[in-house]
Amino acid sequence: MDPAPPATPSGEPASTTVASALPPGPDEAALIAGLRAGDEAAFEQLVRLHGGRMLAVARRMLRGEADAQDAVQDALLSASRAIGDFHGGSRLSTWLHRIVVNASLMKLRTRRRHDEVLIDDLLPRFKADGHALEPAAPWRDSAEALLSVRETGEIVRASIDKLPETYRVVLMLRDIEELDTDETAALLGVTPNAVKIRLHRARQALRTLLDPHLRESRP
Amino acid sequence: MTCHHVIDFLAAYLAHELPPEEQAEFSRHIEACPPCVHYLRTYEATILLERGVLRPPEHEAPPLPPELLAAVLAARRKSGR
Repeated sequence: MDPAPPATPSGEPASTTVASALPPGPDEAALIAGLRAGDEAAFEQLVRLHGGRMLAVARRMLRGEADAQDAVQDALLSASRAIGDFHGGSRLSTWLHRIVVNASLMKLRTRRRHDEVLIDDLLPRFKADGHALEPAAPWRDSAEALLSVRETGEIVRASIDKLPETYRVVLMLRDIEELDTDETAALLGVTPNAVKIRLHRARQALRTLLDPHLRESRP
Repeated sequence: MTCHHVIDFLAAYLAHELPPEEQAEFSRHIEACPPCVHYLRTYEATILLERGVLRPPEHEAPPLPPELLAAVLAARRKSGR
């Protein structure tokens, strides 16, 4: 398991994230001033404005609703304590996104899984001459068409849930939460190259898990 | 260049992170190798599917459960900040 990151982010993320695409909240500067002054009403406004989106992030990262709500609570309390470190270099929503990602990672570290498959079992295998042992075949439809079928969502969610945790986390941070390689590496305490390798393997493993469900049916 | 090499470095190829000559060699291999074409297409589809299923629509704000709001406010009062 990777070493724990700091409880609150030491700096503001430079990357573009899901959260940074959100519209500005009403009078963010006044909200931040209220938070810095320790105003309870400002804190409640922060929770009401951002808590739902933060909960959505925690639900994606964690498996249980109770853990997700705990992570959001931890994140909001961390944000309240650390608001003095927020200097407006990024949007408040981006800063909060990073904090709830961090809180979710901390929670994940307390929830070890014992039923994981090995990543090697989900990666393609090759003959000595470099050809694939099981050559890839086309899927029955485009991703866009597959996404229009409700069953696809269930298959994709279940398959992601089967990934070994180390790889699932990198897939979530890079592909879903849209953190960049360096930021992901810093959060996980690994090298950027390790993040790239884990992301590629996570996608390969997910492809392997999806393949039997999505292959063209043979005549 | 073998299929093994192409598939091991597919992410770097798709991100255009390989040296230009190697990038071109990858392209030549993939154009001539149906299994690698299928692998590349299904690898790209995998990314589209995970994003399509899990990434929220922009501006979507799920409701905050009232019990979570109450718990967070109570925890802050208790912590004094």
